[in-house]
Amino acid sequence: MTTIVKPEVKTAEKETVKKNKSSVYKTEQLNLWYGSNHALKNIDLDIKENEVTAIIGPSGCGKSTYIKTLNRMIETIPSVKTSGVINYRDKNIFDKEYQVEELRTKVGMVFQKPNPFPKSIYDNIAYGPRIHGIKNKKILDQIVEKSLRGAAIWDEVKDRLSENAYGLSGGQQQRICIARCLAIEPDVILMDEPTSALDPISTLKVEELVQDLKKDYSIIIVTHNMQQAARISDKTAFFLNGEVVEFDETDKIFSNPSDERTEDYISGRFG
Amino acid sequence: MKYVNHEEVAAKTKTRLTKNTLLKGVFAAATGFGLIVLAILLYRIVTQGSDYLSFEFFTSFASRIPENSGIKAAILGSVYLMLVVAPVSMFLGVGTAIYLEEYAKRNRFTNFIKVNISNLAGVPSVVFGLLGLTIFVRYFDLGISILAAGLTMSLLILPIIIVASQEAIRAVPNELREASFAMGATRWQTILRVVLPASIPGILTGSILALSRAIGETAPLVVIGIPTILMFTPDGIMSTFTALPMQIFDWTKRPQVEFHDVAAAGIIVLMGLLIIMNSIAVFIRNKYQKRY
Repeated sequence: MTTIVKPEVKTAEKETVKKNKSSVYKTEQLNLWYGSNHALKNIDLDIKENEVTAIIGPSGCGKSTYIKTLNRMIETIPSVKTSGVINYRDKNIFDKEYQVEELRTKVGMVFQKPNPFPKSIYDNIAYGPRIHGIKNKKILDQIVEKSLRGAAIWDEVKDRLSENAYGLSGGQQQRICIARCLAIEPDVILMDEPTSALDPISTLKVEELVQDLKKDYSIIIVTHNMQQAARISDKTAFFLNGEVVEFDETDKIFSNPSDERTEDYISGRFG
Repeated sequence: MKYVNHEEVAAKTKTRLTKNTLLKGVFAAATGFGLIVLAILLYRIVTQGSDYLSFEFFTSFASRIPENSGIKAAILGSVYLMLVVAPVSMFLGVGTAIYLEEYAKRNRFTNFIKVNISNLAGVPSVVFGLLGLTIFVRYFDLGISILAAGLTMSLLILPIIIVASQEAIRAVPNELREASFAMGATRWQTILRVVLPASIPGILTGSILALSRAIGETAPLVVIGIPTILMFTPDGIMSTFTALPMQIFDWTKRPQVEFHDVAAAGIIVLMGLLIIMNSIAVFIRNKYQKRY
């Protein structure tokens, strides 16, 4: 019984929300080169708000490059050149006047390897609010608690906020990084293979967290793990050799892909 | 078919072990040589100088009579010199390192600068003395003053501070910078809140070691022409002065044998200062060292 009921509820939910959803990121004809290496080719993607969008594909397909382009972190690599348009909330982030610092306060990022600062847990979470000028201790306290609760790690660390974050386990560190990202109250959260350095139990916790966060944030997640994409995402984009092969509802991609290459990849024939 | 003949290997084992023992002895001797020379030096200086090392030695000025000679003007001169050298060289040195590592674009020009900073560290100190004499003493007309000598010394140790700070800054993992940038921090905020806290032990250790080189350096002071017999203490950075190595140098030049013992007492004081400075550097390194 349950197996039949569940998907019905899920689709019903989706349809009601679908109508109101607007785009957070609209990518049009994005091309990107590392020196002479053409890494992203004519990417067109329309990413909706309050959804989890998974980006899958084999190594070197450009999925990490793409997600790092969304907050322009890719520009830390000097040889990178781009063309095309990425509209974030209807404004092109490649515009000369566009302040990249402003973009990054609205678009948080969680990295592949947990990278907390060598500071106390409290100072890690308060880092973002502090750089944006919040000095009031009471407000900072509230932000820290809210963010740690949001990242489902409050109960584990509430008694040792002043301890160095390096003393935590890898899985806890990654959730601290997610909390740190929540502390700037972003609109979008980019996650670049956030569970690839974690054990299965920590991975499960992060996945549950992503499901939870979806209510308030739009999440774009790059993953190597196709089961993970199938478990947690609403939409999935399949990247191959710098191109988007297919972008659709996750259920459709995994049950009935329209492109042969997608089918080959998800059935494990390559990659 | 086996390629390793174990009988042959066993036959050769003994020669390999002998070689190992032999070389261990050679390396130990190399270490021992330095230690012995240092021990002789320390022994001679302490036996020679300890008679003159009294409370009066620290409170009297230089004199024609060995028994009355003191090191007061030289100690205060060296302290004043450090008061100029430390802020000037650290500000310029750390600033340059931050610019080169964090702000400057990686291109041929910055590479050229980086290579040449390391080369500058190898320039003889006499050359820096001549530079100081020409630019600070004569051209800017600062005279034979603490400021002129301090600026010259700052230039001398600048390359050491820059290189040490660059290495400390480079050792900060890039993921930490990325984490900061990804939250909308500016480059300066990232430097102030992430890069500097993580690199400050390395920067301070390098800087203090560079400063202890400056406090023992004589050649630039000789070239600038600072006096050795001074009957007053400096009253500001434009005042003329003498410094510890200068005073020691002068005493060793004197014909009277007694003055050589006075010089030894001066060397003990200088070494004491160096040991204090180096201990501070070690203390800072151990206290703030962080693991990544």
